[in-house]
Amino acid sequence: MAESPPVRQWRHEFVLIRRLIKARIRSDWQYRVSFIALMTSQAAFTALEFVTLLLILRLVPTIGGWTGAEVAMLYGLSALSFGVADMLFGSVERLSTYVQQGEFDRVLLRPVSPLLQLVALEFELRRAGKMVPPMLVLGWAVANVEIGWTPARALLLVAAVVSGSVIYAALWILSASVSFWAVASKEAANAFTYGGQFANEYPLHLYRNWIRVVLGWAIPLAFVAYVPVQSLLDAANPLGLPSWLVFTVPLVAAGTLASALTVWRTGIRHYQSTGS
Amino acid sequence: MRLWWEVGVRSFRRASTYRLATASGVFTNTIFGYLRASILVFVAGAGGAAIGMTGEELVTFAFVSQGFLMIIGAFGDPELADRIRSGDVVIDLYRPADVQLWWMANWFGRAAFQLLARGLPPVVLGAMAFDLAWPDPWWHWPVFALSVLVASTLGFAIRFCANLSAFWLLDNRGVDQMVTLLMSFFAGLLLPITLFPAWLARVASLLPFASMVQLPVELYLGRHEGAAIVWVLTQQLLWLVALLGLGRALLVAATRRVVIQGG
Amino acid sequence: MSGTSTPESAATGGEVVEVGKPAATTPGGADQDQVVISVDGVDKTYVVRTRAGRLRRTKREVEAVAGVSFTVRAGEMVGYLGPNGAGKSTTIKMITGILTPTAGRVEVLGLTPTVDRAVLTRQIGVVFGQRSQLWWDLPLGDSFELLHYLYRTERDRHEHNLAEFVARLDLGSLLERPVRQLSLGQRMRGELTAALLHDPALVVLDEPTIGLDVVSKFAVRDFLSEVNAERGTTVLLTTHDLDDVEQLCERMLIIDHGQVLLDGRVDAFKAEHGTERTLVVDLERAAPPLTLTAATVTAVEGPRQWVRFDRRTTTAAEVIQEVVSREPIRDLTIEEPQIEELIRRIYSARPEPGV
Repeated sequence: MAESPPVRQWRHEFVLIRRLIKARIRSDWQYRVSFIALMTSQAAFTALEFVTLLLILRLVPTIGGWTGAEVAMLYGLSALSFGVADMLFGSVERLSTYVQQGEFDRVLLRPVSPLLQLVALEFELRRAGKMVPPMLVLGWAVANVEIGWTPARALLLVAAVVSGSVIYAALWILSASVSFWAVASKEAANAFTYGGQFANEYPLHLYRNWIRVVLGWAIPLAFVAYVPVQSLLDAANPLGLPSWLVFTVPLVAAGTLASALTVWRTGIRHYQSTGS
Repeated sequence: MRLWWEVGVRSFRRASTYRLATASGVFTNTIFGYLRASILVFVAGAGGAAIGMTGEELVTFAFVSQGFLMIIGAFGDPELADRIRSGDVVIDLYRPADVQLWWMANWFGRAAFQLLARGLPPVVLGAMAFDLAWPDPWWHWPVFALSVLVASTLGFAIRFCANLSAFWLLDNRGVDQMVTLLMSFFAGLLLPITLFPAWLARVASLLPFASMVQLPVELYLGRHEGAAIVWVLTQQLLWLVALLGLGRALLVAATRRVVIQGG
Repeated sequence: MSGTSTPESAATGGEVVEVGKPAATTPGGADQDQVVISVDGVDKTYVVRTRAGRLRRTKREVEAVAGVSFTVRAGEMVGYLGPNGAGKSTTIKMITGILTPTAGRVEVLGLTPTVDRAVLTRQIGVVFGQRSQLWWDLPLGDSFELLHYLYRTERDRHEHNLAEFVARLDLGSLLERPVRQLSLGQRMRGELTAALLHDPALVVLDEPTIGLDVVSKFAVRDFLSEVNAERGTTVLLTTHDLDDVEQLCERMLIIDHGQVLLDGRVDAFKAEHGTERTLVVDLERAAPPLTLTAATVTAVEGPRQWVRFDRRTTTAAEVIQEVVSREPIRDLTIEEPQIEELIRRIYSARPEPGV
């Protein structure tokens, strides 16, 4: 079989992934009521987190010196990035089930990247529900903050959403990779994905030192929302972030993704040497 | 009686085999406890006395409520629903033992393990980093214990009903999620109900979920005295009876309408 | 790797018994010397952690496969037999790229399975008896369509193969049905199609006939025979069902305790080791066990007696003559030994593996 040129190969894989995802959606649509109910509950969960934020705002004048609109933008940015990443890559967490039930072998027997297979085969459209509340909140925040919107600022916001999604996607891949070594520890990884996202909804300087370092810098979640929002809206800056930090966000995103993919590949090699 | 004990013990043992998974769960619970505690500490500081709870109380609330998660079934227990979907439930229905009691015994076995393995550790770990409040005087402890017992049983009662809905819906994940949703908000897991605006707190008081975490933790924090304590426990028990009754009614209806999906 | 063997004694001491010559030519014109699978001195050791007492854990090394070597050439149909835990699945996993060997080399179609996984998987087809590669909730036809994209086969080729397999395996009426509604036999026919749609050079099947009804088993066997004969596809088949091996394979490999016990042609194996026959005689009346010169009576049940003889020392005709001369008979049949029985003899002839 002749090797296709790279471009044709990618196009073919893209078509394949699209078809697999469509197949999966068709499969899920067979259980329509359940699908809608689950999608609604996904949206509701995310919305409740914002409601909690609002309830807190009733009790305090500012959250760590950040006003309501600034906090709303923080929530919107972090939850939206998370929602996008969750919809596209969240299904990778099913790896633990695949490994436990011996299904991962099947994945290895197909001539397609295992990562893309998991993404496509376990695609859950209902995860898109998570994007709705933050989109609305972000929209409201954009309309109600005091700064003037310039093209540069708008670009920064868009870049932040994209980079944030990439960072969360990397986190999903990283957390799923745990299953290659210790499948039962999968739940611990939730502390970083779901926990990280939860932490991100509040200004980073609220947290104690070690939480801040682990969930903000070591796992660079601060770059998803806190750094962009602080820079964009010139919000209170008790941590003393330099003004150029926000421009490193895309680099951090790329670097995090590269690390995650390396760990993933190492995980597969480990799986191949120890079996299931 | 012996039968229920055996069922419970088996369930306890089964839960205890997942050591690594349990440890991972404790880790995640504790992290979430730290996060919530940090936020609440700030709220206490910035909100002052007006909010109605001290920083110490709020932080305690954060960790103790994390400890509650597993014993009240916050994330659901789809085992019964799975059995309904696969048709295995017929075995349960033909057993010469009460189905609801069977599953309750099952639940308690597991909850007992989770109380030790996932209820206590987050609180202990939290105490190492924050100043936590403790029940005082001594007899608040047994009162709290009783409240926890009722809360856990209430968790069972609700999940039992949610699982039984699979008889009609087959795919009852929507119902399960709905329960988890309502539980997280109205049991005070996202934010103590004490911090809710008055109207929302009233809504919460009309729902059973508050009896699952909020009320027991209030007893833990000693926010009730004398007759009020009795009233709190009574509230919990009333909800328990109501939901167990609902579960029974659903069971009778379901047994009549056994739909088995197989193939 | 040819030559005649010595009888069962060669199976002792862990030596591999080789019987008969490999096939001289392969149909479909494939170069018969082309090596499709090369397993060379392969070990696979697992580290198993078991709980010793309440808290401690000990490590134990389990040798799933030790020093296994064999070669499969283009167009061969090889049966891979062995009891559970013998190392069959482990070997298969190493051949298909799921597992890396701890020592030794595995080469399939000139590629290293775990390293060249992406390239290799496009050239092989795998059927697992118990696990499905089809999409559970979708119609069977949809699965086939997706596989076209998965394996990047040429559209024409895919259509052609699909039409042929659907006709051969009688899948026409099943294409619209969701896979979860198919019976095991129907699903297995679908799996076979799925594995062969992309014209793989090698097909590996892990217990494909397990749990199938007789009709489906025959359908599967016929199909595999035809595919091998017409397309020269190399087939490696693990199974517990000895009928599969007898009906389908020219060559067989037996593995036990991680080591290859036997490697050779099926018919030669039967000829060498299957020289015994049993004559089942129904006498006119019950009688004590007959005394015969070239045969022995192994069992008696009323008027029925089982008479065992060796084809090398006497003929069936002679034995029948002798029996009839002793006692009038009413009916008789001749039994051939099962491969099962023969294999059991080989196992029991081996010395126990050292502790």
